[in-house]
Amino acid sequence: MPSDSSLLSNTQLSKRIMALIGPFNKKGVALVPETSFAMDLDFDSLTVMDLVANIEDEFDMVLPLNMLPDLETIKDVTSAVENILGSK
Amino acid sequence: MSSDLFDKFQSVLDQHARLPKDAKDPFAVRMDEVHSQTEATINGKRTILVGTNNYMGMTFDEDALKAARDALDSFGTGTTGSRVLNGTYSIHKQLEATLADFYNTKYAMVFSTGYQANLGILSTLVGKDDYIIIDADSHASIYDGCALGTATLMRFKHNDAADLDKRLGRIPEGAGKLVVIETVYSMLGDKAPLAEIIKVTKKHGAYLAVDEAHSMGIYGKTGRGVVQEMGLEDSVDFIIGTFSKSVGTVGGFCVSNHPKFEILRLVCRPYMFTASLPPSVVASANSAINSLRHAHNLRGAIWESASHLHGALKDAGFNMGTSTAESPIIAICLKDMEMTVRFWSGLLERGVYVNMAVPPATPSGLNLLRCSVCAAHKPEQIETVIRTFLETAEGLGIKPSETHPVAEA
Repeated sequence: MPSDSSLLSNTQLSKRIMALIGPFNKKGVALVPETSFAMDLDFDSLTVMDLVANIEDEFDMVLPLNMLPDLETIKDVTSAVENILGSK
Repeated sequence: MSSDLFDKFQSVLDQHARLPKDAKDPFAVRMDEVHSQTEATINGKRTILVGTNNYMGMTFDEDALKAARDALDSFGTGTTGSRVLNGTYSIHKQLEATLADFYNTKYAMVFSTGYQANLGILSTLVGKDDYIIIDADSHASIYDGCALGTATLMRFKHNDAADLDKRLGRIPEGAGKLVVIETVYSMLGDKAPLAEIIKVTKKHGAYLAVDEAHSMGIYGKTGRGVVQEMGLEDSVDFIIGTFSKSVGTVGGFCVSNHPKFEILRLVCRPYMFTASLPPSVVASANSAINSLRHAHNLRGAIWESASHLHGALKDAGFNMGTSTAESPIIAICLKDMEMTVRFWSGLLERGVYVNMAVPPATPSGLNLLRCSVCAAHKPEQIETVIRTFLETAEGLGIKPSETHPVAEA
């Protein structure tokens, strides 16, 4: 059975994920899909893991930490969340 | 010309370069002479050690020293081989029997370091269709064990059983699940809510592995750790531990009652593909573990010193990592990295060594001065440590209450 969230468009997903990044964005960097967590936002690995926990709660899903090395930008995270929700 | 492989370390190099120039380098401490469990000569100065993890003072235990010397004479300086080839001597098996007896478990497996025990057990027990879910504040060896393995890795909010419950509930039905916690966390010295974690773990049919690195010897009637103290030994599937703290040497282990536990010896790569522990280390570990069983006086002494140190620093106005002394780890949280380095350096110049811990090695971005009390500390030494904390603050021109971290907006 597809959950409601699997019907979300990529843009809606991206918006919700950016809203979750907000509280961690201490430097007030303007967020675009290409924004990099390490390079642009200065997030260390612990911050990214805290963000992942919030994303998991927002979408009631498992976002495996094994994927972290491949999740460099907001776009990467959005695609990963989309794929996982799509295969639920 | 290819790029410099070291470019990726630039941020660490920059951070190191920003350390105050007039302070000592916290990552370059050299002990020239070690006089006892609690004193060494550092930079030519006789120094009280309050940051060693040598909780029970076993490094200079007479019985352990003698056992090590005898083993050295009988078996030589090293085994030059893996446990599954030529590296298992009678004393390795004896040590495993001592451990199984100490923990009252059927099985015990000894690794060459505590780091390798976590690396080996956590990378091997769970495979690619399984899930491993760890406390967010877990030690690096737990994170690295997960990274070496193939299971899906999740983490839950530190010491939060409700958060663990929620996350376990998202794992697909029927998948293998392993929850990993520490009973005492190394940086702040805070204890896990073990009963609540066990309840949630059972509810979801998950296995539980518990790291007792910082609690062995200190808690429980015979020193097994927090699991024994809480009377929850039947509810834990695997206990992982180390010899490099209360046992006073180096090495790691895992004990369990799982009927198929022994097969791990043939599938666990960090166990198989490294040399076994040298005989002298094995013999001193064996002796120290036997001593820990009956070390009621040492347990009494360490708790007395830990409570006194915590209480005095708290009363002086420092911001403590825990509201009471939950363990012999007494952590003080300071404002920022620069103040922490200066304070740490000031303590060392006055003859007191503590651990300095700063992000990213610390939880929640905290800057810590981390004391670990030893059962061999004399009351006078603890008094000197307390006085030195106050003198160092004065030397830096600040009150203890002015060292607190500023809450983020």
